[in-house]
Order: sequence, then structure tokens, then C-alpha cells
Amino acid sequence: MSLLKVEQVSRRFGSLVAVDQVSMTVEPGEFRAVIGPNGAGKTTFFNLISGFLLPTSGRILFDDQDVTAVKPANRVKLGMARTFQVTEIFPELSVRENLRIPVEVAAGHRLKPWQSRADARAMDERVDELLQRSGLTGKAGRLAGELSHGDQRATEIMMAIALNPRLLLLDEPTAGMGDQETYDVTQLIRKLHREQKLTVVLIEHDMRVVFHLADRVMVLAEGQLLAEGTPDEIAADDAVQEAYLGAEAETA
Amino acid sequence: MNSTLNRQIANALIWALLLTMPYWIGFVGGYTSLASRVVVLALAAMSLNFLLGFTGVLSFGHAAYFGIGAYGVGMTIKYLAPSTPLGILVGMGVAAAAAAIIGTLIVRLRSVYFAMVTIAFGQVFYFIAYRWNAVTGGDDGLSGWRTLPLDFGIGKLDIAGQPLTFYYFVLALFAVAVGIMALLLRSPFGRTLLAIRENERRARFLGIPVEQHIWMSWLISCVFVSLAGTLYALLNNFADPHDLRWDQSGDFVIMAVLGGMRSFWGPLIGAAIFVVLQDYISSQTENWMSFIGLFFVLIVLFFPRGVVGLLRRKAAS
Repeated sequence: MSLLKVEQVSRRFGSLVAVDQVSMTVEPGEFRAVIGPNGAGKTTFFNLISGFLLPTSGRILFDDQDVTAVKPANRVKLGMARTFQVTEIFPELSVRENLRIPVEVAAGHRLKPWQSRADARAMDERVDELLQRSGLTGKAGRLAGELSHGDQRATEIMMAIALNPRLLLLDEPTAGMGDQETYDVTQLIRKLHREQKLTVVLIEHDMRVVFHLADRVMVLAEGQLLAEGTPDEIAADDAVQEAYLGAEAETA
Repeated sequence: MNSTLNRQIANALIWALLLTMPYWIGFVGGYTSLASRVVVLALAAMSLNFLLGFTGVLSFGHAAYFGIGAYGVGMTIKYLAPSTPLGILVGMGVAAAAAAIIGTLIVRLRSVYFAMVTIAFGQVFYFIAYRWNAVTGGDDGLSGWRTLPLDFGIGKLDIAGQPLTFYYFVLALFAVAVGIMALLLRSPFGRTLLAIRENERRARFLGIPVEQHIWMSWLISCVFVSLAGTLYALLNNFADPHDLRWDQSGDFVIMAVLGGMRSFWGPLIGAAIFVVLQDYISSQTENWMSFIGLFFVLIVLFFPRGVVGLLRRKAAS
């Protein structure tokens, strides 16, 4: 049974069709990448899946449940978590607090006006574990906004992981990063995916990251599905070469 | 560790100053009921700051709930029953009901739109108080009632006749209100409010229903500001339509920003500076507000984190 099923979704902005009848099926434990040139509709497609935008037509099924119009907060409850292209964290809170908030939300404590010592300790332990897995333990007390770009991204990814998602949606996690940071973040994502057999949908610009991580790749161009296959198949696909890799080579 | 210790020292210092204020305020040119005024307005500013500084939502209409509290206690004592505690409860209850209803209408709005609509709703209450002469006393305010002693059955506590008794009565309620707000801010619920202040989109995508949480923060904030309003009316034995007007809301915002809205105690410092400046300068010149305005502009320009932010920077260096 597939975890995520996108059926013929479209999204229009006025006369522009940003996403045009795109379908996608993601199996549990799969690592799926969505690529395409700028303006291909990747981010819009992603926003439809995560509930940031509503599709003009089409359906989205998560775990066989229709979530097309389900609000973001409720999608989180079902097991979907996302990160953003521009890192979205709580800049003036410590890294520890950044993680503590989603840990408490995931435990169903968001409305609690007090906390027992036992609860507080359980939350702390979970935060410690997340810090350790991401290598952020030494920076737990720092304000998240003061960290390097790569560490901020790691914080954001761990905030999503804190929600115990079954599906993790990553929107260009290495955007604007140097080589070392890109490598570190890629390693972190790979580790998380392997450790807990997490299903991941990734939008990415950096081909090295895509070929390093993804089981299957889907290519969008001008809002439409251009090709789908394993990384090797995509690399060998003439249409993709022309539409995407060719265009990339020209601008490079 | 060090910062928790510093915070505990600061807390102890503030409580010590508050507990002894009537005994030292004379040496700096004040008097006991000025001390009460500081504490009452500090409660209002700290309540506003629960929403402004710790949820990141700016209300410019908090005077409405302050005023509802003031008129609630006055009208209860004047028309309903001669009981100060009942009056306080009625004032807070009516304010809570109004805030709950208005909150549901405005909770989707953000930033300047939220602020504008809170002003608009506030002005509705102001005009009711200002125009409904027969009941509210209209322009002249609500008089013809006075604060009544607290009757504990075994004995009475005369909070009306003795400014000193009244001060400690106010301080006790202040302590309860401020204690509840402090506990809430350290709870999981309080952390979701910080999350919303820091990054609303992130909070939403962590599964926090942002509107519901802002509504609750708004309600808590309005209920405590209405408590301050009831105490203000009891202090003056009078409710003034100006208590509900938008410029009174502006004063609360000024107090919070002046003292430092990212700090729990900041609005207390801001309120103290505001009230004392007002008291001194208004005895010298009618244009006291322009001096407060100038002071405010200087603080915002040079110390955007307010007076407390300045003190912290000094302490850190």
C-alpha cells in the first residue's frame, strides 16, 4: 500500500497553470526526489502536498485518506512534516527550545498550562536524543538564529523529526549552502532516512544531492510531469537532458 | 546556570521593592496611592505584554477591557450589590465575555490589521460609556459609589479608608495575576505562544493551531487587564470614559515597549517610569505628554529592547 498518492493535481494562479495534472505515488520507506528547472512548479507541487496551498483540481491521499483540503496542523497529526526552502526556525529561542516545542506538540501537550516533573524529564530526554542524532548537542544552549546556515537547517530538520512523521517533506534543504554544509546536511538526511525507514519527498536543485539520496526521481517541467524513474534512468533520459540538465549547463 | 541565578536575584529584588514601596516612595517624592497606581498600571501593561511580547500580537484596544473592568466594578457596587469582590468578579466576567466574542472575530487578522480592528472595537465601548448618560454617567464618568471594605465574616478589612491597606490589597491581586502569567509562560502552552511570536508559519507546520492559541492568549491578556481596570476604579472611586479610549490603550503599549517587551518585568519598569514622569512633569507643565513622547522616542531609537534591554546589556558587558 502506498503512503502518498497524488492524483492529477493542478494549481492555477490566474491564467498561469503552475502545476498541470501531476500524479505521483510514494511507497512507505521510499526516498523520492522531485527535480526540474526554475519555474517548473516544484515548490507549488510541494505546497499542495503539505497543505500550504489548495489544488484547483485533483486529489491527494495520505495513507488512503483524502487529505486534499486538510489544514496543515491536522496533516501534522496524520504524520506529515515539512521543512521550508528558506529555513523556518524560532530564531530567538535556544536550539533546545526549538526542539522542545515540537516534542511537546507531538506528545499532545500543546495546551497544557503546567507540566509534571516526570513529563518534563521525558521531554528533555527526547530533546537530548534529537540533539545527539543531529550532532547539535554542543550548541543546544545557543540561540538558533546565531547558528550557521547548515546548523540552522539541521535544527529545522530535527524539528520536523521531533513530530514523529511518517512522511518527511524537504524543500531544497541545501539551498544556498557551501559544499561542506551541503555534504553535512545530505549525510544527516540520509542517516535519518536509514535509521527509521522514513519516507521522504525531497525537492532539490543540487544533482549531487539527488543522486546521492533518492531511490526514485520525478522530473517536472513547465508544471507537467516530464519523466520518472531511478536516478540512473533519469540521467540517461534524453528529454530530461534537454529540458533540465541542458538548460542547467547553458546557464552554468 | 548563571542566568537562572541572575533571574532569581532580579525577581527577589523586584518583589522586595514592591513589598516595601509605600515605605520608600516618600523619599523619592511619591505617596502611597501613587504606589498603588504604579502597581495597577504595571499589571495592565504586563497583561498586554502577555499578548504583545510573548505571543507577538499587537493590540491597540486593551483599554476597552480595562474600562469594562472599571465600569463593571463601579456599576455593580452602585446598582447591584454593595460588594467589592463581587464587583471585581463582574467586571472581569463581562470583560472576559466581550473579549471571547471579539477574539473569535479578529483572531485571523495580523499585524496592523489586528491593531486597527482592536482600536475600532475599543472605540465602540468608549462611545457606549461616553454617551449612555443615564447609566454610565456619560462624559462625567461613573461616580456616586465608593470602594467598600472587604467582609470576611469574622472581620472587615477596610481597603477604602487606608491607602496602605489598599496598596497591599492591590499587590496581593497583582501577585496572583502575575504569578499565573509567569507559570503559563513556562508551560508547554506558553512555549507554543513563543513559537507563534517567533515564526507563525513554522508553528503552524509543527501542528499548532495558531488561531486557537492566539485566541487563548488574547483572552488571558484581556482578563488580567480587566482586573487592573477594576483595581484602577477602586483606587479612584470613579470610572472615567477615558479609561476605555484608544489613547489609554496606547499608554499601555508605550509602557510595555518603554520597559522592554521581551522581558517579563519590563512593562512594570515601563509603567513605573510612565506614572512617575506623569506625576512629576504634569505638576510642572500641561504638556507632560510631549516629554513622555520624547523620552519614548529616545528609548525606542537607541534601546529597542527597552530599559530592561539596556540594563541587561550593561550587566553582560
